Amino acid sequence: MELVVATTIGGLTAAGVYLILRLRAFPVILGLTLLTYAVNVFVFATGRLAVGVPPVLNDAASAYTDPLPQALVLTAIVISFGMTAVLVLIALGAALETGDDKVDLTETPRGEGDT
Amino acid sequence: MNHWIIAPVVLPALLAPVIAFVMRHDITLQRAASLAGAVMLTAIAAGLFMLSADGSVHVYRLGAWPAPFGIVLVLDRLSALLILLTSVLGLIVLMHSAASGWDTRGRHFHALMQFQLMGICGAFLTGDAFNLFVLFEILLIASYGLAIHSGGKARLKSGLQYVIMNLAGSSLFLIALGTLYATTGTLNIADLSVKVREIPVEEAALVRVAAMLLMIVFAVKAAMFPVQFWLPGTYANAPAPVAALFAIMTKVGAYAILRMHTVVFGPDAAAIGTLSQDWLLPAALITVAIGGFGVLGSRRLMPLIAFAVLGSTGTLMLAVSAFTPYAATAALYYLLHSTMATAALFLVADLLLSRRQSGDLLKAAPATVQNGFLAALFFAAAIGIAGMPPLSGFLGKLLVLDALRVSDYTWLVWTVVLVGSLLTIVGFARAGSLLFWKSTSAEFVAPVLAPEDDEAQPPANTIGPMLAAPSLLALASLAGLTIFAGPVARHMEATAAQLFDPSAYVTAVLVDQEGTKDPSSKKSYDDETEGAAYGEAGAEDGAGDDTEPGTASEEGH
Repeated sequence: MELVVATTIGGLTAAGVYLILRLRAFPVILGLTLLTYAVNVFVFATGRLAVGVPPVLNDAASAYTDPLPQALVLTAIVISFGMTAVLVLIALGAALETGDDKVDLTETPRGEGDT
Repeated sequence: MNHWIIAPVVLPALLAPVIAFVMRHDITLQRAASLAGAVMLTAIAAGLFMLSADGSVHVYRLGAWPAPFGIVLVLDRLSALLILLTSVLGLIVLMHSAASGWDTRGRHFHALMQFQLMGICGAFLTGDAFNLFVLFEILLIASYGLAIHSGGKARLKSGLQYVIMNLAGSSLFLIALGTLYATTGTLNIADLSVKVREIPVEEAALVRVAAMLLMIVFAVKAAMFPVQFWLPGTYANAPAPVAALFAIMTKVGAYAILRMHTVVFGPDAAAIGTLSQDWLLPAALITVAIGGFGVLGSRRLMPLIAFAVLGSTGTLMLAVSAFTPYAATAALYYLLHSTMATAALFLVADLLLSRRQSGDLLKAAPATVQNGFLAALFFAAAIGIAGMPPLSGFLGKLLVLDALRVSDYTWLVWTVVLVGSLLTIVGFARAGSLLFWKSTSAEFVAPVLAPEDDEAQPPANTIGPMLAAPSLLALASLAGLTIFAGPVARHMEATAAQLFDPSAYVTAVLVDQEGTKDPSSKKSYDDETEGAAYGEAGAEDGAGDDTEPGTASEEGH
C-alpha cells in the first residue's frame, strides 16, 4: 500500500510541476490542481497508513489511526478549492482583458488611463 | 487568559463582512468604518505592545484546550512589535487610499484591506505551524484581490503570476508541514521547539528537509533569490497604496524565518546546526545584488521602487541569516525602517504619478503642480530606502553591517551591501533628476510643452493636507526612528534576546496551563496505554516507521 500511495503522490507531483511550467494559464491551473491533490494525499499519509482502525475514541477499539492529518487535509482541501476558484476567475479576467491566456509578462508602461 | 490577544484578528474579521455586505453602496460609510477599525486596531496593538514590553509571554488558548492539542496564539515582544507596525502601516495606507480616491476605483477595497490586516496580524500572533499556513492563505487571498484592484491589462497579468507563484508556494508549505508532522508528531511551535531538539543528528535527515522546505516557502513570501521573480511585477503593477501595504508582506516571510528558524530550527538544535545560515546568507547576498542592478536598470518608476524593495529585503535577510541576537536586533530595527521607507516611497510615487501625464516612464515630462514639494518628498523617501543619513536607513544598515562583522565572509557581505547601496543611490538620483529637474529645465519645457503645461493643470490637482498627510506620517516615522534610535534599538535588543531564548516561550505555552480543559477528564485518555496500543497497530500494519509512535498518537487526541 505504501508503494501505491508513494508512486501516486510522485506521479501527481511530477505531472503538476510539468504543467505549472507551461506558458498558458489553463495548463498551469490544471497543474496546480494536480499538485494540490498530491499534497492532500501526502498530508493524509503523514499520520501513517492504517487500515480498518477508527480515528476517534471508541471503547471497542484496540488501536487507532491518527486523526489529526485527516483534519488537516480537510482544511487543506477546502483552502485549495477556494484558491483554485479565485485563480480561475483571475485567469479568466486576465484572458478576457488581454485577449490571450499567456502567463508571462510583457513590459507595458504604466499610466494608460488606469493609474 | 487575556482576551485582547485575539482582538487584532477578530476585529478586522468582524468588520470586513459588515463593510462588504452592509455598507457596500456607501463609500463614505465604508471609509469611516474602515478607518475607525484601523484606529481601534492601532490602539489595541499599542496596548498589547505595552503588555508584552516587560518581556512576559502571553498565551491565548482557543477554546481553552491545553497546548499541544488546541491552537494557541502567543503574544511576545516580537509579535506585539510587528502587530503594532502592521496596524500603523494599515492606518497610513487607508488614509492615503481614502484621500486619493483609490478605494473608489474598484469594489470591496476596504473589506479586502480589513481581511488583509486580519491575516497579517494572525500570522504574527499564531503559535501553531498549521494555523500559520491558514493565516497565510487568508492574507494571500485578500492580497490577490487587492493586487488586481481596479483592473487593467498589466495588473491582471501580473496578478495572475502572483497568484500562481503563491499557490505553488502554499502547496510546498503543506508538504513541509506534512514532513514536519510525520517526523515530530506535532505542529505546535513550542512543542516543535522541544521535539526538534530531541532528534539525534543521525536521524535528522527528514527534519532538515522540512526546515529547508519551510525556508523556501518563507523565501517566496519574503521575495528572496531564487524565488523573488514575482515581486517586481506584482509591486510595480499593483495600485500604489496596495503596494505600500505589501511592504509588510515581505516582512511576514522574514518574520516566519526569524520565528521558525530560531525557536524551532535554531542553531542550537543538533539536528539543524548551521543549515539555515548556510543557505540563507548566499541567497540574501544575491537578492541584494539583484535589487541593486534592478534599480539601476529600471526604465519605469514603479519597478525601480520594487527592485529597491528587493534590495532592502536582501539586506534584512542578511541580518537574519547570521542567527545571533545582535544581528537579530539589527534585522528588527532595519525591518521597521524598511517597511516605513517602502510605504513612504510608494505613497509619494502615487502622488507624483497620478499628476504626471506620461505615466511612470522615467523620462522628462512637463513639471507637475507643486513640483518642488513632490521632489522634496521623493528625495526624503529615496534617501530613506537607499540608507543615507540622516534618516534611519543609515543607522539600520550600519547596525546590519556591524552585526555581520564577525562572520567569515565579512569582506563579501560588506562589498555587496555597500555596492548595492551605491547602485540604489545612483538609480534614485537618476530617477529623481529625470522626474523633477529635467521637467523644469528651460530647454525642455520652452519649445514643445510650455504653453500647454501652464493650462493643463486644473487647480483641483494640487496636493491638499489630507493627501499629503499619510506620506508625511510615514516619513515622520522614519525621522522618529532616527531620533529615538537608542530606545528603539534597546527594545529590539530585548526582543531579539527573547527570541533566542525560547525557554520562556515554551514554558508559557506548554507548562503554565492552569484553567484549560482537561482532555483526560472524560475517559480513556492515558498517554502510555494509548501510545502502546498505537505502537502495536503501527507494527501490525508495517506502517509505523522510525519515529516514536507515542508522540504521533499524543498529538492525535
